[in-house]
Amino acid sequence: MPPLFPEAASTIATRVDNLYGFLIGLTVFFSLLIAGLIVYYAVRYRRRSPSSIGATIHGGMLLEITWTVIPFMITMVIFVWGASVYFAMARPPDETLNIYVVGKQWMWKFQHLDGQREINELHVPVGRDVKLIATSEDVIHDLFVPAFRVKADVVPGRYVSLWFRATKPGRYHLFCAEYCGTKHSGMIGEVVVMDPAEYQTWLSGGPTEGSLASAGQKLFADLACNTCHRPDAQGRGPVLQGLFGKTVTLQSGEMVVVDEAYVRESILMPAAKITAGYQPVMPTFQGLVTEEQLLQLVEYVKSLQTQPEVETARPPASAPAAGEATPTGR
Amino acid sequence: MASTVLTPPHHYLNDGYGVKSWLLTRDHKRIALLYLASVTLFFFIGGAFAVLMRLELATPVGDLVTDDTYNKLFTMHGVMMVFFFLIPAIPAVLGNFLVPIMIGAKDLAFPKLNLASWYIYVVGGLFTLYALVAGGVDTGWTFYAPFSTVSSTTQVIPTAVGIFITGFSSILTGLNFIVTIHRMRAPGMTWFRMPLFLWSTYATSLINVLGTPVIAITVLLVGAERLFHFGFFDPRVGGDPVLFQHLFWFYSHPAVYIMVLPAMGVISELVAAGCRKPVFGYPFVAFASLAIAVLGFLVWGHHMFVAGESVYSALIFSILSFLVAIPSAVKVFNWTATMYRGSVSWQTPMLYAYGFIGLFTIGGLTGLFVAALGVDVHVTDTYFVVAHFHYIMVGGTIMGYLGGLHYWWPKISGRLYNESLAKLSAGVIFIGFNLTFFPQFVLGYLGMPRRYHAYPPEFQVLNVLSSAGASILGVGYLLPMVYLMWSLRYGRLASSNPWGAVGLEWTTTSPPPTENFAETPTVTWEAYDYQSSPAEGQVA
Repeated sequence: MPPLFPEAASTIATRVDNLYGFLIGLTVFFSLLIAGLIVYYAVRYRRRSPSSIGATIHGGMLLEITWTVIPFMITMVIFVWGASVYFAMARPPDETLNIYVVGKQWMWKFQHLDGQREINELHVPVGRDVKLIATSEDVIHDLFVPAFRVKADVVPGRYVSLWFRATKPGRYHLFCAEYCGTKHSGMIGEVVVMDPAEYQTWLSGGPTEGSLASAGQKLFADLACNTCHRPDAQGRGPVLQGLFGKTVTLQSGEMVVVDEAYVRESILMPAAKITAGYQPVMPTFQGLVTEEQLLQLVEYVKSLQTQPEVETARPPASAPAAGEATPTGR
Repeated sequence: MASTVLTPPHHYLNDGYGVKSWLLTRDHKRIALLYLASVTLFFFIGGAFAVLMRLELATPVGDLVTDDTYNKLFTMHGVMMVFFFLIPAIPAVLGNFLVPIMIGAKDLAFPKLNLASWYIYVVGGLFTLYALVAGGVDTGWTFYAPFSTVSSTTQVIPTAVGIFITGFSSILTGLNFIVTIHRMRAPGMTWFRMPLFLWSTYATSLINVLGTPVIAITVLLVGAERLFHFGFFDPRVGGDPVLFQHLFWFYSHPAVYIMVLPAMGVISELVAAGCRKPVFGYPFVAFASLAIAVLGFLVWGHHMFVAGESVYSALIFSILSFLVAIPSAVKVFNWTATMYRGSVSWQTPMLYAYGFIGLFTIGGLTGLFVAALGVDVHVTDTYFVVAHFHYIMVGGTIMGYLGGLHYWWPKISGRLYNESLAKLSAGVIFIGFNLTFFPQFVLGYLGMPRRYHAYPPEFQVLNVLSSAGASILGVGYLLPMVYLMWSLRYGRLASSNPWGAVGLEWTTTSPPPTENFAETPTVTWEAYDYQSSPAEGQVA
């Protein structure tokens, strides 16, 4: 006998299962009600002679109102319940361990802030809020971990995020759930949930190439971004120190929050949202940097929060959770 | 009892025998039969693909066909079934045959346009068949960009052209029905004396006319983007892949109602005739059809809860999706209540009606799961969704279509089919259907994604059950093909009213004359009036 329910290994999984259980109860009740009535009437009022006709009954207002209003109220309960679970999924806690994900035909690439990179396998600690920030190099993919009951389309040109808090150590399926071509069903992997101590050991083992932010810093210099984006406000571009997370005013008068998506867009389409007081002189880096390099640049900009222009690879202040994972081996 | 003449000397089937008399006909009944032949062809092509998929999925590893072939199989299955079978089936076959007869008219408002619609359908179908033999297409019937616009190397454009062309057939048929129902009702046939099948057909036609242009635009954009790289859906040049999904589902969600509303109309007829009494709450059932048609246009975003739409859009689309469930529930309750104190038949059409109500109830209730945001995140893009929409489209639409085909077969062909075989096949279909699709609900909640050529071994038991069910279902669908064809030559002759039902179609001969009625009827009775309708007592 195969299992009827998947393993529940995240805090949200139980909440999803509770609503699912309620919906199953509702489905069983109404299906049995309708099927029972059909069978009962079909037997009780079966045609007894070939020419007999049924009673002339046209309807009843009270019944119509009843079976309109009751289902309406039931559906509104489900709506509110479903929405509250969805809110919990959509709104990550303030402090999360951030991990970047790049999907491509047909593999998942994970980048930890401290520099570890994995393919089709993702190590996370149990009991910590983990946020995956994902994008795609080509077509739409979808990151789906059934045991956590979370799923998000990974759309090219965007950063999408999903978060979870794993509750049980173990290995869980990771699927691509949006059809993406030939090897779609091979774009699978595993999430490895570990005890915090084991996770620390795992983090410190294996080669890394330095933190994402430090890789981004190197790239920042290689691409000569630093000739215009200078820390001393003498450059042709805005000062990036302390910028991440702030709200800036654009030329159009519009206000935008400097988040991952804004930084990404400003690198690829610099003219789209020019900060007030600056000229649209920056060239596009479309095609010159990969999605993974973009993530490094984004992380570098983030890291400029607290220690302007210092090149130590301390984890960024915006992701303090990652700071606890003592980075070694770089 | 049967005092009616069996098989009149002149009827639409013997009004000319040559190929030309069919291919150039303007008779809505003959055009209905042209559609019957063509949608049946596409149904069996699409069905064959489903059989191959289920065979592949009997084992966890991809061993029967290659991954590319599998991807083409589910794409072509979806394209054939949705655009060339489910959407046209009931309107173009049963609707074409019945709309004029049910309102007491000689034909549709635009008979030539009606024939043109069939030719357009055939040309669209030929493009799609060309795409099939030229190597197939692997985008999924949903054509999501940028996979369809940038990545796929298969026959996307011929398929898109086929869908584009066929859309005009839907639009023109819809237009024809709307005008016909407005303008050509017989004296005394008021809106509220019309059979409920016509209300559903009318509601469906509105969706066809208003929604189909959007899918035409959408597939055109996909083709244009592939050929000329405009970048509508390409983020590298400022386009948005999610825009495609909005456009696609703006039509393709209402398309679900294009498929199921006509089936609901058929069920209303089957239940009324099967119980020999008026449908309980006629105006509620009628307006429920219109409510579904209108609300159906406002829920497309529920296909995109995990696709990156905002939380607030998701909330709006979720609550609207719950609202569209209400009129569907109202219909189910009314059909069930109709059976109360009826003279309830156990003949084949009624068996299909029982099957429809049961399966549609499960299909509809599982729709609440996917409308509930928090649960949808987990089950969307899994087999749960596959099971849910097959309960609606196969359990609903195909049950309605087959039930209707059996109910009106004596009228269409002038012959009776073998009742025992028909009951048997209805049972086989019901069992085969449930065995095929029920395990998929469980598979989906366990996390098995759709469109997987290979899958983790723990999902095998449920997949084997589903594949076993599909083989039973396949037999169930072949049976009617055999005994209905057989009845054309060897079936007993049907009287004008073999069911003892009311409705104008049962007052004319079986098969009807080309002009449907010897003289235009004047309607003085309400719909399903078993006390005083003229057909009463003409029981064969």
